[in-house]
This record gives sequence, C-alpha cells and structure tokens, in this order.
Amino acid sequence: MTTTSLALAGLPIVTPDHSSQFVLRRNGTACHGRIAFPTRVVAGLVRAGRGYAFSVQGDLELQLRRRSCNFGRGGKESVGVSQASAADVVVVKDDMKVGGRSADHGDERVLQLVAEVREAYMTMRTKPAEWRVQQLKGLLRMVIESESEIVEALYADLGKPAHESYMSEISLVKSSCKLAIKELKKWMAPQRVSGSMITFPSSASIVAEPLGVTLVISAWNFPFLLSVDPLIGAISAGCAVVLKPSEVVYATPALLAKLIPLYMDNSVIRVVEGGVAETTLLLEQKWDKIFYTGNPKVGRIVMAAASKHLTPVTLELGGKCPVYFDRSANLKVGLRRIAQGKWGNNNGQACISPDYILVDESIASELVDNLKEIIETFYGKNPISSTNLSRIVNTKHYLRLISFLEDPQICSKIVHGGERDEKKLYIAPTLVCDALMDSFLMSEEIFGPILPIIKVQGEQEAIDIINARPKPLAAYVFTTNKAVEERMVKNVSSGGMVVNDTVMHFVNPGLPFGGVGESGMGSYHGKFSFDAFSHKKAVLYRTSLGDFPARYPPFTTKKQNFLRCVLDGDYIGAILSLTGLKK
Amino acid sequence: MTIIKPHSVLDAAKVASCLRETFRTGRTRPSNWRLEQLHAIVKLIEENEDEICRALFADLHKPRHEALTMESLVVTASAKHAIKNLNKWRAPVKKETPYIVWPASAFILPEPLGVAFVIAPWNFPFLLAVDPVIGAIAAGCTVCLKTSEVTPATSELLSTLVPKYLDNDAIKVVEGGVPEVTALLEQKWDKIFYTGNPKVGRIVMGAAAKHLTPVTLELGGKCPVFIDDTVDLQLASRRIMAGKYGSNSGQACISPDYILVEEHLAPKLIKQFRSTLVEFFGEDPRTSKDLSRIVNKNHFQRLSRLLDDPATADRIVHGGERDEDSLYIAPTLIEDPALDSPIMADEIFGPLLPIITVRNVNAAIDLINDKPKALVVHLFSTNKDYVKMFTEETSSGGLVMNDCIMQFIVPELPFGGVGESGTGAYHGKASFDTFSHFKSIFNKSQSGRFAKLRPYGVCVL
Repeated sequence: MTTTSLALAGLPIVTPDHSSQFVLRRNGTACHGRIAFPTRVVAGLVRAGRGYAFSVQGDLELQLRRRSCNFGRGGKESVGVSQASAADVVVVKDDMKVGGRSADHGDERVLQLVAEVREAYMTMRTKPAEWRVQQLKGLLRMVIESESEIVEALYADLGKPAHESYMSEISLVKSSCKLAIKELKKWMAPQRVSGSMITFPSSASIVAEPLGVTLVISAWNFPFLLSVDPLIGAISAGCAVVLKPSEVVYATPALLAKLIPLYMDNSVIRVVEGGVAETTLLLEQKWDKIFYTGNPKVGRIVMAAASKHLTPVTLELGGKCPVYFDRSANLKVGLRRIAQGKWGNNNGQACISPDYILVDESIASELVDNLKEIIETFYGKNPISSTNLSRIVNTKHYLRLISFLEDPQICSKIVHGGERDEKKLYIAPTLVCDALMDSFLMSEEIFGPILPIIKVQGEQEAIDIINARPKPLAAYVFTTNKAVEERMVKNVSSGGMVVNDTVMHFVNPGLPFGGVGESGMGSYHGKFSFDAFSHKKAVLYRTSLGDFPARYPPFTTKKQNFLRCVLDGDYIGAILSLTGLKK
Repeated sequence: MTIIKPHSVLDAAKVASCLRETFRTGRTRPSNWRLEQLHAIVKLIEENEDEICRALFADLHKPRHEALTMESLVVTASAKHAIKNLNKWRAPVKKETPYIVWPASAFILPEPLGVAFVIAPWNFPFLLAVDPVIGAIAAGCTVCLKTSEVTPATSELLSTLVPKYLDNDAIKVVEGGVPEVTALLEQKWDKIFYTGNPKVGRIVMGAAAKHLTPVTLELGGKCPVFIDDTVDLQLASRRIMAGKYGSNSGQACISPDYILVEEHLAPKLIKQFRSTLVEFFGEDPRTSKDLSRIVNKNHFQRLSRLLDDPATADRIVHGGERDEDSLYIAPTLIEDPALDSPIMADEIFGPLLPIITVRNVNAAIDLINDKPKALVVHLFSTNKDYVKMFTEETSSGGLVMNDCIMQFIVPELPFGGVGESGTGAYHGKASFDTFSHFKSIFNKSQSGRFAKLRPYGVCVL
C-alpha cells in the first residue's frame, strides 16, 4: 500500500523516512522497540489519543529492541527481528511523526486542548446536576458495554485474570458510579449551619462548587480503576477533567482514549496519552486541582509544580503496608485474607497490598507453613503457570523485583517460591523469612509478589518497627485480643487501618481512602471523591434587621462591653450592657 | 522553653526535632492535655488584655475597641468553642459497611497530623497567630509558631507570654524574618499553616512539596462588593465602611477592596459613603481614635504610589490626605479609576476604596470573574435572582450577602480561600480538621459474629 492510497482512505499519511517507538503485543506480552517506515502492510490506522494502533495484514517485519532493561545501563540492545502478523496489535507511540507533523506540534496540540477545555468549562455547562448525571450514566454505560474490551486490555497490559479485573476494577467503578448517580443531589445540596448571635438574624450555609479545570494523572497498576474512579469524583463535583493515564501500560490507556469520547462530553472530559514529556508539559499549565496517583518521588514533583499556580493537590501514594499478626488471631482465615490481599491483587502490585508481615515469634513457623499451604491451594504447585496470577508489568519492574531476590542478604532467606520466568514476566509468590531490617527489601516498597516475614516479640516491637518507617497507606492487624487491637489503632499512624482483613477499607465507599505523610494527602471514594474536587464556599446571608450600633465607630466603653458579652456568648450580659445596667 | 530571638542564631533543626520528640512521647494526645492548653490560652488573654491592646496599638495604632473585638475576644471565643466541642470533634464517626463484607464495622478516627508549623501575618498579629494554634492544639499537634517580624511589639509579647502559660516543649514561638522562615521551611513538618500573600504562599507550598507536607494557605485577594438599589443604602454604607475602615484601616484580607455599582446609583452611594465616614470618624478622621494606621513606611509608600498614579489621582472624590510621619492615610474614595490602573490590579490592603460603575449585574459578575478568585465576594441586594446569580456564577472563598466581615466570626462556617486566595479552611471544627488526619478503620470479624463499634473514643486515646 502506498502513501497515496493511505491518503485516499482518509488516513494520516505515514511519511516513509520517519521512525518511531512501538509496542508489539502478542499473547499478552509486550515488546518495545523502534519501527522503521516505510510500512507496507498497514491496513487500518486507528487513532487512539496520541498513539496509533495498527492492525497488521500479512507480515510486517519489525526490529525489536529492548529499551533500557538493565539498571544503570539504559542503553538499547537489539534482540532480534520479529514478524508481526494479523493476530498482533502494534501500537506506535506518540513520537511518531505522522503526515509531516513535528513533535513541537504535539506540544501545541496539548496546550490547545487544555485551552479548549477551560473555554468550554467557562460556559458553565458542567454546573447543572443534569449534566453531571448524564455524564455519569454515559460512563456507566461505557463500562457495561465495553466490559469484555476492558478485560482484554487489562489482560494485555498486566496479564490480569478476568476474575480479578472484574472484582477489583470493573465492579468497583460500576458501584462507585452508581453511588454517585444516586447520591449526587444530596452531595450537591447546600449544608445549613447555625449562625452566631452576633450575626443574628442570618442564614449560613456551605455551598459546594466545582474547583474548575482539573488534571487526573493515574497509575499503571490498576489502569482502569485508578483512571475512572477519580474521574467520577471530578464529574460529580462538576469539574472539567483532563485524564492522563499511565504510559507504562498501553492497551488500557488506548482503550480509554477511544471509549471516553464516545460516551461522554468531549468538550470538557478529555484523555491525553503520553509519557514524562507530556506530563511535564501538562503540569506546567494552570489547573484548579491536580489528582495524582503514583509514587512519592513523582508526588513531590507534582506538588512542586502545583505550587506555582497555588493548585490544591490530592496525592495518592504508596508505602510499605505492614501486617501485624498476633498469636490470638485465627491463622487459617487471617492468612487466606492476607494471601488474597497480596497475590490476588495484581500479584502484589497494588499500593495497599501487604508489604511485609510482622508475626509474633511463637507462631512464626506455623504461619509460614500455613501460608505455603494456602499459596498452593490458591495457585497450584506451579504458580508461575497459574491463570489466577497477574504478571509483572514490564521488564524494568521485573528486574527490580529480581534484584530484591538476588540480594545476597536475601537469597538465602527465601523459604518459598522464588520461581520466575523472564520471558513471560512471571514471578511466583515468594516468602522471605527474617530479612534484615536494613536490607534493600525492607527499605523500599516491594510492589510485587515477594512477602517478607519478620519475627517480633509482641505488638510493641511491631509498633516500633512500623513507626520507625514512613507512614504507610494502610496497616493491617490480625488479632482477637481487644487490647492489642486498641494499642495498634492508637499508636500506628497510617492512611487507613484494617482489623482482621486486608484491602477491605478500599471497597467501603463510606470510608475516605487516602494516605498521610509519605503515603499522600487528601482522600477520595464515595462522597469524599466529590469533596476532593469541590470548594466548600461559606455563604452568609444577612438581612437589614438586627443591626446594632455597637459595631460602628465612634466607639464607646458601652459598645465595647456589649460586644464583649456577645462574643463571649453571654446573652444576658449583652442585654444588660445595652440598658447600661452592666458596665 | 528557649525563646529564639532574631539576633540569636536560629537552630531550626533543633526546634523541629524537639517538637517531634515531644509529639512522639504521645503527651499531646489525651484530651486532658489539649483542654489544659486551651484553657491556658483563655487565661493568657484574660490576664494580659491590656498588654495585648498596648502591643497592637504600638504596632498598628490599633484602637482598643478593635483590638478587643477583632483580635483578643475572637481568640477567646474560638478557644472556648474548641473546649466545648473537643470531645465531639474527636469522637470516631461510624460508617455503613456494604453487605458483601458483612459482618464488619467501619469508622473514621481523627488523629493529629503531628508537628505543625504556623506562620502568622502582621495585619492581625495576635488573632491570626493564636487562632490557628488553637486548631493545632485541639487536634493534638505540637506547634512551632512563627510570628511576624513586621509587628515587633505583638511578636515579642507572644514570645514572652506563650512560654509562661503553655507547655514549652510542645508549643514554641519563634521570632524572625525571611532567613528564619527559610530555615524553618527546610525542616520536615507534618502540616504547614500559612497566612499571608499568594507570592509567599507559592514558596511555602513549594518548600512543603519536598517533604510531602500538606498545607493550608490563607491568602488574600481583591474582595469585591456589588450593591444595588434594593437595599437600605444607609445601612449598607455603614456595614461597608465598618468592614473597610473599622477593621485595621482596610489592612485585612477580607475587607472590601472595590465597589461595583450601577451608574445611576453611584452618585447617591458616594454621598452616603461620605456621610457615613463623617458619622464614624468625624470631619477630620486624623483626630479620630478609631482608625488604625498603616503598618510601616514600605506599605505607606506602596499605597501612596497607588494614590499618585495619574489614573487615580484626579479621581479621588473623598479623602486622600496623608502624613508619612504618623503613617496616616485618610479613608479615601476613588470614583471609576481605569480598570487597568495599578489600584485595580493588585490587592489594595489599605484605606483606599475604588468605586467602579458598571452597566448591570452581569457586567459586575464578568468583572469579578475576570480577576483571580477572591477570598470573599459581597453582595448587597435583596433581589433573590441576584443572590442566586452570585451564588452560582461567581467563585470565591466565601460569599456574604448584605454584610461584611461577619462570616469570619461564625464558627460553623469554614473560613478559607480558593484558587489565588488560598487552599484549605479553618475556624470551629474546620480548624480541628485542618490539623487532623482522618484514619479509616475497617474492622472485620474473624469468627463471623457481629463486630461491634470499638470504643476507640476519647477515653482510650
């Protein structure tokens, strides 16, 4: 197919002398590389945000290069030539130059998009409840009608089992959306508050108003949930949103960029795909709210960028979420819940999955034995071939996790698992006993299927260990001893805390979800999502009644005494001072 | 406690680490400690009312009446409100749990954010220093209070009095200027509460980003007033003039910055303003005891430049007298200065009041929306449609109908800005909230029996 016929077909012209980055997806795994045009076999070119997806007809020869897969080196390494066929999806990334457009033009496009969104927001179309409900219903319809596509995209990105995609992404978005539709009128209603005597008679209320044009930057580990859930909050609050999905995964962001314009008001709800360059460019713009999900390092960058425009931020970060397992707890039930929270949630790649277990010495060996058994029940004898486990997101993260395991301080302490398959990016559930507290594994967030188990003598030692580290997003305690429970709740500071379970606080819309300290600031879920994108305007309505001259100069001692009594809540004194009886 | 004076070398790291150590001991957590400190604040004010008034007079020539009713008595009321409500604020809030996780219980438990840093401004150097500290104490935080170097008398008074009345290891006062603030901002805090201007607000938030510290920024902005002919002009004029000149001579973040009025009403309104000013401050306001002075030469000169600007100078319809030696500027009304003149660009923060005529209410709303979001928008009207329009079509920290300043003293109303006028809010429970983290607790029964709400109440914490 020549460039002429492409143009005739109404598609962008791919100029023959440009090369670009691409991702080849085959059977759920992704390879990164560069593609050199001319392409001879492009049958359909589907625009998806700033990337372009090709369906391949016949064979396309691709040169695969692994990008910066080794730490420190960052160089490119040629790993061979592959044939792409009709069964593969090839997504060419954003620096592709199409139809003679330059990369600078892409910048302009982002800036124009932001300007367009602000202009559309200024028309106040997002303010009426009807618009918000309509968008939320559109979103809900999108999720319902595209369920299988979403599951496929999540499988392509993370090898996420369908069951897990449904449980931890799709159903949560659905219930969150339904709740917002149902409760919206209540959330939007002004909240009446009592006035004070000095302002009597008056009516005081708190009116929620949209913060304005907002930026949502989401993460790769739950690429659907963590993109759409904040979006629901922004829409309920009546904000305009630009959503920047993660560039680490490709299929879900591309799907979001394709679906959202089909179901929602495209003038004020937009998706921008892209990596660090686009995010940096976006962060330079003026936003009325930035909602970021990710890591503390980038969180600092986001907040520093926000400070230039005095933009409020919600930062949903991570941290090492501890589990304390007391000897009084039910071992079987507790460990099942831990295993589900750890490996059943994106194979440990979740910000609230248990990061390490602190276990009472007396039951440590029993706990390890039981946990091994549970892993086998859940994922079989050979977990890396289990269909119930997500894979590691990419080679970079795979190698990061492997470096934990290959740390000489750690590798002798692996008591279970450790199997891996680099080609498929699978790492089996792995237990590490008695890792040193100053090891790499115990100082960084693990974000993967490795679970260190540390012996402690009672809850006080556990509390000391937890408090010696930055505040985690979640802390879990397993106990039936009320005193232990109370001490943990009282002494451990974390975003949220769950007793006798893991992860469950996330699914409860009545609870604000968010971190504290190093694990973030601000919160969302349910009404808290609405609040995160709203400004609470204090409105005081006074009438011409109830005017007393004590407020106005020239001031006298009598006026002073009257005001003193009023401010003090001493109403009788106030009346007496008016009559001159009280001095 | 050691009082850190500007001339001594400030060891910011030591201040922060000492406060952190105190916080770690957990002594600021029990309600008893918090109530004790709050009572001590009430006592501090009761026993030193005259000293406070004297310091405010020295710094700002603030009339005693104003010092009492806008600073010390407001702080007392705020502390008493916190004392009365503390246990209610601290109580865990029970939440519904979805049926799929049954049996379980869920609740939200406030806990202190940790070590707080409060930076106070100069315009209400007592109120805006102590009021946030009340919130921090109520929430169970330890606090470093940086008083303003622009108002030395109040600053010194606070640094002498606070150690006498409050827990010295948990509440520290630091005096100093830019170098001290810079050194303190480099430390890790768990909360920064800043009152001041948007320029420094950006610096504060940028510094906070390095440690992922949440901030409350109480900034200012040009607060507009729109007035129409449906109101009692005399009453409106009194409230506006009291809001402008009766609160620190316009040097308040919520004082009216400019008036928007329809053309036909303007002459009548200006006449009314004039007669109210005479009623309040006499024919020669300089002799009035009820008018604050400009804080210092810098600000005096800044305001003078605004007055001398050609776009403003020949538009003065009332006042305009000034005296640099006594830092006095008379209440000044300016009719229709050019919209692009300096006086209409930045926050005025002084006794100058531009009166801008507009065609109608829509023009007024457009003009308000063209400027950065204000801390408060005032509307003087009894027209229900206007009330609705202003509520829905303008955005600001607060909206006050038919009055000025009064929203500040309603403890149930959160006080704070939006956009350029700040982020976060305080007063009443909002003060407690701003220094608290709301921890979600989810309690799942292991044995399948009902898990009841745990008594994580005030009694155990």
